[in-house]
Amino acid sequence: MSHETPNQHPTPAERARALHKVLLDKKLIPDNYIEDFTKLMEHEWDPSNGARVVARAWVDPEYRALLLKDGTAACAQFGYTGPQGEYIVALENTPTLQNVIVCSLCSCTNWPVLGLPPEWYKSFEYRARLVREGRTVLRELGEDLPDDVTVQVWDTTAETRYLVLPVQPEGTDSMTEEELAKLVTKDVLIGVARPVAPRA
Amino acid sequence: MDGIHDLGGMQGFGRVPHSNNSLSYKPVFHEDWEHLAYSLLFLAADGMKLFSVDELRHAIERMDTRYYFGSPYYDRIVIGTATLLVELGVIKQQELDDMLGAEFKLARPYSSEGRQTRTNRTPLEVGDRVKVSDAYVPGHIRMPGYVRGKEGVVLHRTTELWPFPDSIGHGKEALHEPTYHVRFRARDLWGNAADDGLVVVDLFEGYLDKVNTAAADEAVKPAVIAEQEKVHA
Repeated sequence: MSHETPNQHPTPAERARALHKVLLDKKLIPDNYIEDFTKLMEHEWDPSNGARVVARAWVDPEYRALLLKDGTAACAQFGYTGPQGEYIVALENTPTLQNVIVCSLCSCTNWPVLGLPPEWYKSFEYRARLVREGRTVLRELGEDLPDDVTVQVWDTTAETRYLVLPVQPEGTDSMTEEELAKLVTKDVLIGVARPVAPRA
Repeated sequence: MDGIHDLGGMQGFGRVPHSNNSLSYKPVFHEDWEHLAYSLLFLAADGMKLFSVDELRHAIERMDTRYYFGSPYYDRIVIGTATLLVELGVIKQQELDDMLGAEFKLARPYSSEGRQTRTNRTPLEVGDRVKVSDAYVPGHIRMPGYVRGKEGVVLHRTTELWPFPDSIGHGKEALHEPTYHVRFRARDLWGNAADDGLVVVDLFEGYLDKVNTAAADEAVKPAVIAEQEKVHA
């Protein structure tokens, strides 16, 4: 006679809550630890941080030079520091070089500057395909690069955490730093998209 | 290990499920339990200093292949964290099972002791041509299989040092060493079965050896890159 357990197929939510409850019952979770960490993830670590870094680099040559020499220090000037952002390197795009970031082995991302990685970044499809078919993947995502642009994929396999420093779009020289930052989305910082000047 | 997690270059996948700039990325979490994954991981690793992130990565790598492939991302984080907590004796398998009302399936046990870094490492300089180790390592390693035995050029040496993953990923004492951003041509990795382009991999010193061929330095640079050789000091 087969014995059917009440919960034959646990769900991810159930596993997470079970682990949480076991630790809670053992009094291993300090007060507010989860709430405080969740606040960092949901509010502090945001791609608008990276957008500010890029916009500053576009308008200020000294900051740009610092960003390219010591990305960690440059991001720290804004207070963008923390877990998974301890050693930051900015990747300088040119009109003929498009840098793009992946973690083929798991999901490593520059949390304090880009925010948490998107689901598509963590997908098996992106992890498998980007290193081998970067140009094709970017085209499928919506960025169809001219033939004279080289695609350079950065696989986040150790502790360096990256952000892309894109080329400032043509016709944006009169924009304020705040307006420029709005052109730099999470996808631009990862490198799958290039920033676009707003239509006049 | 040559596990399912080592996905770089694997073929047969369809489109990446995304179109550029189509998402607002808010809210950050789409289900009300997802925030627990990193929170509990960091509680254990950073708050309680029970294990390193390297061990967590390896715990996830130790998930049975079908289990890994069928589990959403944050579920793998939870399973890896739970595995280490049980292995370290902080919680018991039975406690998880009782709370879940079912078997709380964990990752498989370690099948390897891990390994130390090489003692005969040569510090490398920007511009050096290097060859990646030919080794097949059964435990944790942060060398994707697609660069095993391949040659590339050093763009950057980190100013910081980190513990060798093949050791610390098994909870063993590790020597600290720099990592190197090594640039490869995609066509050197996969021949013509790849888009033309460059791939830069961040590799520990223990995975690399210097190659002593001066002429080869020019061969690895596409012409378009040679003029914009921008390396970080």
